[in-house]
This record gives sequence, C-alpha cells and structure tokens, in this order.
Amino acid sequence: MALLAQHDANRGEWLMKSSYLLAAAATALALATAASAKDKPAETPSPPPEVIRVGKDPFPSQYKPYPGVTTVIRGATIYDGAGRRIDNGMIRIEGGKIAEIGASVAVPADAKLIEAAGKYVTAGIIDIHSHLGVYPSPGVQAHSDGNEATSPARPEVWAEHSVWPQDPGFSRALAGGITALHVLPGSANLFGGRGTTLKPVYGRSVQEMKFPGAPYSLKMACGENPKRVYGSRNQLPSTRMGNIAYARQLWSDAVTYKRRWDDYTKRAEAGAAKPGDAPRRELALDTLAGVLSGEILVQNHCYRADEMANVISMSHEFGYKVTAFHHAVESYKIADMLKAEGICSAMWADWYGFKMESYDGIRENIALVNAAGACAIVHSDDANGIQRLNQEAAKAIAAGRRLGLPIAPELAWTWLSLNPAKGLGIGDRTGSLEVGKAADVVLWSAEPFSVYSRPMNVWIDGALMYDWGDPKRRPIADFELGQPGAGDVK
Amino acid sequence: MKRLAILALLASAPAFAAPIAITGATALTARGEEVIRNATIIIDAGRITAIGAGLPVPAGATVIDAKGLPVTPGIVAVPSDLGLTEVGGVRETNDGSARTSPYSAALDMAGAINPASLHFAIYRMAGVTRAAAVPDAGNAVFGGQGALLSLAASGPTVTRARAFQYVELGEAGAQLAGGSRPAAYAQLLGLLDAAKRLAANPAATVGGEDSGSLTKRRDVEALLPVIAGTQALMVHVERAADIIEVLKLKARYPALRPVLVGAREAWLVAAQIARAGVPVITHSLYDLPDDFEGLAASRNNVGVLQAAGVTVVLGPLGGIGGTTPVNLPGYAGNAVAQGLIPGGKGLTRAQALASITANPARVLGLSDTGTLEVGKRADVVLWDGDPLELTSSPTNVWIDGVAQSLTSRQTELAQRYKTLGRTDLPLQYPQ
Repeated sequence: MALLAQHDANRGEWLMKSSYLLAAAATALALATAASAKDKPAETPSPPPEVIRVGKDPFPSQYKPYPGVTTVIRGATIYDGAGRRIDNGMIRIEGGKIAEIGASVAVPADAKLIEAAGKYVTAGIIDIHSHLGVYPSPGVQAHSDGNEATSPARPEVWAEHSVWPQDPGFSRALAGGITALHVLPGSANLFGGRGTTLKPVYGRSVQEMKFPGAPYSLKMACGENPKRVYGSRNQLPSTRMGNIAYARQLWSDAVTYKRRWDDYTKRAEAGAAKPGDAPRRELALDTLAGVLSGEILVQNHCYRADEMANVISMSHEFGYKVTAFHHAVESYKIADMLKAEGICSAMWADWYGFKMESYDGIRENIALVNAAGACAIVHSDDANGIQRLNQEAAKAIAAGRRLGLPIAPELAWTWLSLNPAKGLGIGDRTGSLEVGKAADVVLWSAEPFSVYSRPMNVWIDGALMYDWGDPKRRPIADFELGQPGAGDVK
Repeated sequence: MKRLAILALLASAPAFAAPIAITGATALTARGEEVIRNATIIIDAGRITAIGAGLPVPAGATVIDAKGLPVTPGIVAVPSDLGLTEVGGVRETNDGSARTSPYSAALDMAGAINPASLHFAIYRMAGVTRAAAVPDAGNAVFGGQGALLSLAASGPTVTRARAFQYVELGEAGAQLAGGSRPAAYAQLLGLLDAAKRLAANPAATVGGEDSGSLTKRRDVEALLPVIAGTQALMVHVERAADIIEVLKLKARYPALRPVLVGAREAWLVAAQIARAGVPVITHSLYDLPDDFEGLAASRNNVGVLQAAGVTVVLGPLGGIGGTTPVNLPGYAGNAVAQGLIPGGKGLTRAQALASITANPARVLGLSDTGTLEVGKRADVVLWDGDPLELTSSPTNVWIDGVAQSLTSRQTELAQRYKTLGRTDLPLQYPQ
C-alpha cells in the first residue's frame, strides 16, 4: 500500500501541474490582462507582454451528465472500489455524486429506494485499455482507424479524432458495468498517439462523450509490433534495439523542443521576446513535451519484463514517467521493480502464447503483481472483454488462490476501478464510492465475481444509464437501428 | 533386454493399478438434468464401472473423498488448434492452415499433431480431456481433415485421424474462393460433385494433379467419407441466409452430416436448423455486429437454439479476445447467466455442462465419453467448487482412468517468480 500512496502522490503532483497549465493556457491573455489590471501599480502602466502559448484543450469535452434522481440502495453488499467492503450497506446517490455511504444513510422523502438484499453494489468499472470507437463494430476496413501506421512515431495523432461515437460496442460495455474507458491508438507505432478517456454515454460527437478534465495519454509500444510493421518495410525499427534507438532520438528531440519553448516563454513573459520569436509548433513534439511536463500520462504497451526494464531506464534518461505498462504479461517477473517505480500494470487474466512475446504469460500474473504491492489493473483491449472485466478479475483471484495468494474480493475490485482511475488521472473524481465523488455505480444481481452475476443498473454521474429490465434504459446505436435484433437483450 | 521389454509394455498401455473409488461426490453426469448426490464413482481399467448414490467401495480401491464437491465428465474442446499451433504469431509453429498449398480437403492434420505442445498441460489442468484439432482453410474453402485428441500425458494423443472435414463459407469462404459467395459455392459443389461421381464409379476420372487443375484427385478422395456421411462436415457460416443454404445441401447430398460452426445468426432460423437435425458449435459471448454476416449476433443465440431442440456445443471460437478451451466452463456459465436476465434466453446448468461435454462428444462421434455413466471412458474431473464458476478449478483429472498431473510450464514459471529478490544464484538455477 505504501507504493500506492507514493504513486498517488506523484500523480497528484502532475495533476496540479496539469490543471495549472490548462488554466494558464486556456486563458493566458485574459489572465495576463486581469493580473495586470488588479496589480496595477501606481507608476506608469506597462502593457502586458504578449506570450504565445500552446493550447492544451482545443477539443474540449461537451459531456453533460444526464439528469438523475436521488436514489438510496439498501441492504446490498458494497465493494467500494478503494478496497473496502460494507455488508448490508446503504448508499445514497444525490446530485450526481455519492452523498452518503455506510451501514445506514439518510433516506430523503423523495428518494427512490432500491431494496437490494442479496445484491451487490460496486464502483463502476473503468477500462484503461480500449479501442472502442477507433476499431468499431462492424470491423470492416473502412472502420480501421486505430493505427496511423505510416511512421514509427505519430504522437501527433489523437485517438479521439478516430472515434466513431455510434460504435455499438459502447452500449455493450455499459451493460457490463463500465462507467469510463480509455480509448487508445493501436500498437503498430512506437509512439501511437494520444489516448482519450470517454464515458460510455452516446453522443453525437466524441466531445459529448469525453470525460471532463481527464488528462490525455501518450500510447507507446515496445517489442514485436513496431519492429514487425516497419522492419517489413525495411525501415527503422526492425529490431528491439532499433525500437529503443528510435524512441531515444525522439525523446531527445522532445527535450530540445520543450527547452526551446520554455526559453521562449520565459523571455516572452519578461517582455524580451516578440510573438514572432515563438518557436514553430510541431504537433508531434507538443504531445511529447506534454509528457515531459507531466500533463500527459504514458500508457505503454509492453509484454516482456526485460523490455519494460529498458523503457524504465529510457524514461529516467529523459525525465518522464511511465504511468502504466499495458498487457505486461511478464510483470510478475519484475513486480518489485514496478512497485519501486510506482508503475501500474494493466493486464489480462489469462491471455498467453498467441505471439512470441506473450509466451511466458501466466494466469497468476495479476495476483503476483498484487501480492508484490505493485499497482494491478485489469484491462480488456477487446470489444468483448470490456463487457465482463469482473470475470477476468475473478479468474485472477482463482489463480492467486491456487498459488497460495488469497485475495479478498473487495481488494480485487480496486483492479477494476480505483487503480485504473488513478492510472488515468481521474482517481480524485471517480473510481471509488466515496462521498463527493461521481456517482458511477453498478448494482449487480449477485456477487460480481460469480459467472452468474450481471449488472442490473448502471449509474453514471448519478444518472441511470442502464437498466437490465427496462428497454428504455438500454441504448441502441444508430448503426443497429433497423437491423435484426435491435433493442433485444444482447 | 527383459527390463526394456517391460518398460515398453508400461509405456504402451496406461498402467491401471487398483480401481479408483470417488466417494461422496455430487455427480453432474451431463445426462439430462441428472445430479447424483453422495455419489460413488468406480473407475476400473480405464472405464466407469459403477456410478450411484452411496455405492460400496470395492476392496483394494484407491479412495478419493470428494467431500460433496462436484464431479463432471471431462471437457471436450471443439474446435481447437491444439497440437497444430504452438505460437499463433510464429508461422513455422503453425500447421493449421496452408496458405499456398495446392491441396485443401486432402490436408490431414493427424500427422502434424505435436503431443509435446505445452498447451496440452495447460488445458488439461482446466479439466479439458478431449479436443478436436481443426484445420483452418488457407487457400480454398476446404480446410482439410481434423483429428480427435486425448489430452492424457501418456498414451496415444491422436485417437482418431480424419474424423471430420472443415469448410469455410460465408464472407471468409467467399474471399478464399476468389471473391464472392457464388465462387465459394462453385468450389464447394465442384469438389463434392466430383466425390459423388467417384463414389458412384471408382474408376471414374476425376481431378487432375497439375497446378491449374480446379479439382485435385486427392481432395476429391478425401471428400468420399463426407459424401457417404461417415465423416461430419464442419461448416463455418454466420449469416442466417448462409445457414439456410447449408441446410439445403442435404437435398443434394442426402448422407451429408453438416455441423454449423460460428452461426451467430442461427437464432433467426433455429426452427429450420432443429428440423434438419444439424448441430451448432458457437460461442456464448457473441453479442456484437462484428461484420455484416453477424449483425444479429446475440448472447440469446444459445438459449434460443437449445429451446428449439438444436444440439448446442460451446466452443472456444474466435472473435472473442483471448478465447481458449481453458475458459469453456466460464462460457457455459455465461450461457446460464444469460437466462437470468429479464428477456434473456439461456441454458440450465445441466444443459450448459452438456454443451461442453456430452454434446461435443456426440457431435464428434466420441460415443464412449462425454457423460458419467457405466461403460464410458473414465474421463472424469473433480472440482473445488461449481465447475461453471470462474473461481473454480479442477483438483483431480482422470483421462481413461489415469490420474493426470496438474502442473504446466505456466505453474512452473509462477513458482519460479513467486518470491522475487536477490538469491544466491540466478532464478534460472534449479532450486
């Protein structure tokens, strides 16, 4: 747990930095004007220096929570997502937030009361690795928008610009208890582009699905995919050493780019640089500079332990942090190192052997990472798997038990909610059922690690977005209208 | 020499020591809804010789006290690439498909099976005792002839060669055949008609062996048992209309025994499938319109088919990330859960168990396994909990009455890295 605390502290620091920069960027001129007006000295006023800044949020979220009603769930077993369990507990959802949780909570006269004896309530599931929207259903070539495989480095592309908001997969994920998901570019490139956190709430644009204020990520990839894709074209990289060499050169360029901007900004703020002195913006390096300044979180596809170790050294060399290794089928070999570094592992329960770098995948991986005190996350990377991440966690619990590592179910739920929330920089707003946090809540028909359990209700920001018994609370994507089976229980 | 001879004998036949008596079991027999509580199961010479509540234990038997826990038949995985593919992404370890071979239906998987594949031990630990190694069509609609496998650690692995033929229709078959469904049918009917002519007249000239020949004699010969109905024809199709076309083939080839594989839209034509007596191998978790031949995909598929009277087999089919025979019990459990949703169509627990044991055994012609009953092969699994639950695991697995080891390369890796930290020698030195 000490590790998690340390991890948290690190991320908190980035978030503060991040929000400061966001504010500064969005309203740079206004702030400068206001500041100079407020602090107007008695002497001759000097005009505020004009400082050119890189906009941080040109595609802002337009998501608005849907209306909810004050709801009290009574008598359920609660896994709060932060590792706590309340038997025969109560929870009140009000104003889109968790208003109260415990053995007993106040029940306002106008509240909708759900009697849930024998049922389970959990924090909503958060998938840190999804390609919904960028590889939507149907998976035809015209929909293949996840890999800009035209250069090993495409940090300038943003997954959100590929997202098809009408992907039927969002409705299935919602029915599986997902309340937030991180959509990433694919792994053909060493630098795949930016990932974006969404809510599985249909919108007409991706902006209407974006999780407000969630930081961007940079998708990176190690290993076989980049070297295969570019090696087959007789390009760098064709080897693992090529992967690292290519990435190091780009990080070095990013350091230079950031230095140039920092230097310009300092001079401009001092009135010693003109707008025309601002460096040329390079969208690719903007993303990398965002990583170097801690605003953008690195989500790094990497299977093998030795490659993760190489990436860690590279991150030290250039002064950035890897937030999570994804797939990470060999995290169990270096769980102590990952703990010390405060790096999460986003893992499957049992995928192995489908490619050489997954050969040493074992079913005990998640349990071993957890037992070492490192941050464990269950991820899907799959339009089907995202629908039952609780079942993946159940398999990991069983594998741990077989190895003599018992894991309490309420602790395992952190793999599905708070840990991924932290890994996405939204752990202060969602990921656990704590007073003041978003009411991202799932009511389960049975113990949620049982194969027989299903989400009955899913609330997002306190709004009932899914109800297994009410066809009017089961979304039908545009694509599915008029198709056989539209609106059926799927 | 004498000693060698004895060793050879031991290696050739499973060593049946004393009979085994599993006592106090909850026997889920996969025969209808039957559950036998406080069951005793006697295993002798590789077979189940007795099963019933509280039966006497024969003298000298090795007794396994199940303590009320469930015992099931071994799981039968179909389709699988067991023994054919070691690492999917490493082409040279993949014998399941031949992208540039001039042959298709003639390709016989049996000789390619690698009993040393590490996947055998991994699947066996999960209670899988039999599997069908199914080819993948590589260069034509026909994929070739699949083999039936035992997952036992010793003894023969291939228990039946050339057990069935595989054909790819629908969108994938269309691409293999040159770009359209009519092209796929031209290829399918061309070969099957040639086989029909050859069956009627063994002296007939059918097919050439030159590279330009549309029908190869070897492929035609391989389809004789398909035409005769002695070999099942596994047909991968998804779209409801494609399924109906396959059912029509029985009019043209009366002995044909098609088995539908995939069949995501089967629920739309469940009554016709049931009437034709054609079994379906599908996945319980298909619910996305992944492509234009599966727009109606729904997890209700399995329950609707079962209710219509179709024999349903749950297989570790593709299109579900990480699909594996290891998770067949979970797929079956999910089919039960589907029936618990308002408006959902699912299976009973017994039907779900049968969909991964008795039903695949029957579809594959493994008449002497798949259920717990007297006379059947003793492919038996004792579980530490509800076998369909994700948190349950086998504690004992017998194949042909022989107790199997429940370790694998994966468990060895887990043990090696269970405790991290500096040791006297690197972890790679045996402890």
